[in-house]
Amino acid sequence: MQERAKALFMPRQDLIGFAVLALILIVILPLILDVFRLNLVGKYLTYSFVALGLVLCWGYGGILSLGQGLFFGLGGYCMAMFLKLEASDPVSTKIQSTPGIPDFMDWNQITAIPWWWQPFNSLTLSLIAVVLVPTLFAFIISVAMFKRRVGGVYFAIITQALAAILTILIIGQQGYTGGVNGITDLRTLLGWDIRSDNAKLVLYFVNCILLFGCLLIAQFIRKNKLGRILVAMRDREERVRFSGYDVANFKIFVFCLAAAISSVGGAMFTLQVGFMSPSFVGIVPSIEMVIFCAVGGRLSILGAVYGSLLVNWAKTSFSESFPELWLFAMGALFIGVVMAFPNGLASLFLRYIEPYLPAWYHGKAKPVQPAEVVEKAPLTSTDTQPETATSKSTEKQSDETVPVNSLEGGVYVD
Amino acid sequence: MRNPSDLRLSNAGSPCQVSGRRLAVKALCALPVSLLLASHMAWAAPATSEVNTTGLAVTDDTVTVGILHSVTGTMAISETGSVQAEKLAIDQINAMGGVLGRKIEYIQEDGASDWPTFAEKSKKLLVNDKTAAVFGCWTSASRKAVLPVFEQYNGMLYYPTFYEGLEQSPNVIYTGQEATQQIIAGIDWVVKEKGAKTFYLLGSDYIWPRTSNKIARKHIEKLGLTVVGEEYYPLGHTQFNSVINKIKLKKPDVIYAIVVGGSNVAFYKQLNAAGIKLTSEKPLLLTISVTEDEILGIGGENIEGAYAAMKYFQSLDNPNNAAFVQAFKDKWGKDIVIGDVTQAAYLGPWLWKAAVEKAGSFDIDKVRAASPGIELTTAPEGYVKIHENHHLWSKTRVGLAQKDGQYKVVFESADLIEPNPFPVGYQ
Repeated sequence: MQERAKALFMPRQDLIGFAVLALILIVILPLILDVFRLNLVGKYLTYSFVALGLVLCWGYGGILSLGQGLFFGLGGYCMAMFLKLEASDPVSTKIQSTPGIPDFMDWNQITAIPWWWQPFNSLTLSLIAVVLVPTLFAFIISVAMFKRRVGGVYFAIITQALAAILTILIIGQQGYTGGVNGITDLRTLLGWDIRSDNAKLVLYFVNCILLFGCLLIAQFIRKNKLGRILVAMRDREERVRFSGYDVANFKIFVFCLAAAISSVGGAMFTLQVGFMSPSFVGIVPSIEMVIFCAVGGRLSILGAVYGSLLVNWAKTSFSESFPELWLFAMGALFIGVVMAFPNGLASLFLRYIEPYLPAWYHGKAKPVQPAEVVEKAPLTSTDTQPETATSKSTEKQSDETVPVNSLEGGVYVD
Repeated sequence: MRNPSDLRLSNAGSPCQVSGRRLAVKALCALPVSLLLASHMAWAAPATSEVNTTGLAVTDDTVTVGILHSVTGTMAISETGSVQAEKLAIDQINAMGGVLGRKIEYIQEDGASDWPTFAEKSKKLLVNDKTAAVFGCWTSASRKAVLPVFEQYNGMLYYPTFYEGLEQSPNVIYTGQEATQQIIAGIDWVVKEKGAKTFYLLGSDYIWPRTSNKIARKHIEKLGLTVVGEEYYPLGHTQFNSVINKIKLKKPDVIYAIVVGGSNVAFYKQLNAAGIKLTSEKPLLLTISVTEDEILGIGGENIEGAYAAMKYFQSLDNPNNAAFVQAFKDKWGKDIVIGDVTQAAYLGPWLWKAAVEKAGSFDIDKVRAASPGIELTTAPEGYVKIHENHHLWSKTRVGLAQKDGQYKVVFESADLIEPNPFPVGYQ
C-alpha cells in the first residue's frame, strides 16, 4: 500500500521528467553556458516560479489570475528593501544630505527611514516577509472574492486591476518605494557581494534548488486527493460543492500557494538581477507570465519551467538578432503556439514524443493506472468515468490524451 | 565572465576556435572580411596589443561599440532620434578614418522601454561583446538600472538626456545637461526679461521633474519671488483640467511645466481649449521637457508661444549646426526633426573618439582619465567641454515655440555654464 502511494506520488514518467529537468538545469546548462548566460537562465527560472503557481491555480484550480506579477513583485520588493538598507550604510551614502538612508529617499527629502522599512533591517524578518506578505495579500483578496463566489472572468479582471493599483501606488509613493526607477544598486547580502560571478553561480544553484522544492510541492498536490478536488472543482464546481466540500477554501488555498511560490521567484529575481522595479508588478508582466504558463502547457508543472525558459530565451535571442523587429517574432511565436498546440509544449510532448519512447519509460504501471485513478478518486467518480472511457479509447491509438494524464487532459469548463 | 584568453584568441584572427562556443561574439562574423581588407590598407595604426590591454572588442582594424536604446515600446518615439544621431556620428567618424585607425562597428540592442531589459542588454554588451563604449539609455530609470552593471564591469556609457543630476559615476559621461544647467539660467531670463514674480510648478511624478522643480523652487525663493503652486501627475496622465482651473484661479506669471511623454499632448491641448493662450504670455509658459520631437505629437498650433529652456534647438544658427542638420536629413529623411537630446546623443561618439585619441588607447581607465578637458569645437550646439565631474560645460538657451513646430532662439547665456550635479543649497 505504501509502495503504491509512493508510486502515485512520483510515477516513473514523472520521475524521469524531473530527472531530465534536473540534469538540464543543474548539470548541462552550467557546463555549456558562461556565467553571464547562466545568470540569464537563472532570471528566466524565477519566472518559472510564477508559471508554476499559475499551473496550480489556473491549470488545476481553474482560477485564472492576471495579476501574478503582484506577488512576484511583492516578494521581490521585500528582498530588495533588505538589500537596499544594507547597501545604504552611512559610509557609502555620505554624499547625501541625510547619510544612511536609501538614495531615493534622500532625493525625495525624506530624512528618516519610515517605520515600515524597519523590519527589513533583519534578514530573517525579510525572508519571512518575502513569503508572508504576498501570501497574506493573496489571502485577503481570495477570501474577499471566493467567499462571495466571485470567479472566472470577474476574478481575472479584479486581479488585473489590483496589479495596476499596486503599480500606481509604488510609482506614486516614490519617496518610500523608489518610484518608477525601482530599488536599484543592490550590492551585498550580509556582506557577500551578490554581483560577483561566484555569487551568481551560487545563486543560480540556490534558485534551482528552490524551484525543485516548489516543483515537488506541486507534484505532491497534483498526485494527492487535493489535486483531484482542484481538478474536479475546475471542471464541475457545483458537483464538488454539492458533495459537501467548501469550494472557496480550496480556491483560497491554491491561490495563496500560487502567490507564495511566485514571491519566492520574485525574491530570487531581485538577488540575481540586482534590482526590483514596478515594471514587474503591473499588468503587462502579469500577462506575460500567463503566456509562459500557456506556452509550457498549463496542465504540466514541468511544462511551466520549459515554457518560461523557451519564451524568455526566444525573447533574448530574437531581440539580440533583430533589435527592431523582435516583437513581431514574439507575436508570431505566441500565435503559433495557441493555434498549433493550445495545451502548450506539454501536449506536443504527450502526443508526438511520449508514444515513441521505449517501454522502460512507461514502465509496468501503465495498464493499472486508469483503474487506480478511479479507485483513488471515488468522490469525483462521475467526472472520472467519461475520462476513463477516453483512456480506453486511447489504447486504440486515438489522438486524444494518453492514459497517465487522463485525469488532467479532459474537457475544461472554465 | 568569459575567460579573457578567448578574446585574445579571437583577436589573433581564429574565429573557428570560438565558433564552437555558443556565444561567439557577433562582431567576429565580420572578421575574415576585415582581415582581407587589412592587407590592402596601409594604416599606420598603433598595434592592437598597445591600445587594448583589457581584452575589449578591438581588432587591428575595427573597434566594436554598443548602442542601447529603446526602439520598441513607449520610449521608442523619443529614443529613436538618439539612435539615429549616434549612427550618423559613427558613420561620419568612419568616413574620416575611424578611431586610432580602426573602423567603428556597432552592436545595437533594444532596451524595449523596460528597465530590467536595459540591465540585461548592458551586461551582454559589456561581458559578452566586450564593447569599448556604449551609447545609450534615455530615461533616468534605465540609467539607474544599468549603472551598477557599468560600474561592476567597468564599461563606459555616454548618456544623452538632460536629467536630474545627483549623480556622478566614473563610468558615465553625461552629454546632456544636469538640472541646474537647464533651470537656473532659464528662470533668471524669465525674471529679468519678462518681469515674472509668481510661478506655478507642474510636473510628471517621477524623479526628474521633482528634483528639477525642487531646484527651481529654491532658486525662485532665493530671488525673493514666490511659488504659488506645485503639482505632480502620474506618467501618462491625461486629465489636466483641475490644475488648469487652479492656474486660472492663482494667476501666476509663469507656468513652469515639466510634463513628459504622452501627457504633453493632453496638457497643451487642454490648456489651449481652456482659453489660456500661450502667445499672449498671460501667464507665460516655460518648459524644460518639450523638444522639437515632442512638438510633433503636441502640434505646433497647441504650443505656439511657449518658451523652452534647452541647450540646443534645431534652428540654432551656426555653421556646425547647419552641417549637422543637413547630414541628419540626408541620412534619415528631410521631414525629420532634431531635438535637444538627439544632438546630445550625437556628441557621444565624437567625445569618445576624442578621448580615445587623447589617451592613445581604448582601455576604459585611460579613456576615463583622458576625458576631463576634452573639447569639441564641431558640436552642433557650438562648443562643449567635458568637466572633471563627467558632465559637459554648455550654454543655456531659451526658445520660443513656433507654429511650424520649431523654436526661435530668443536668449543664449553669455558663457558656458558649469555643470554642478550636486548643487549646494538646492538640495
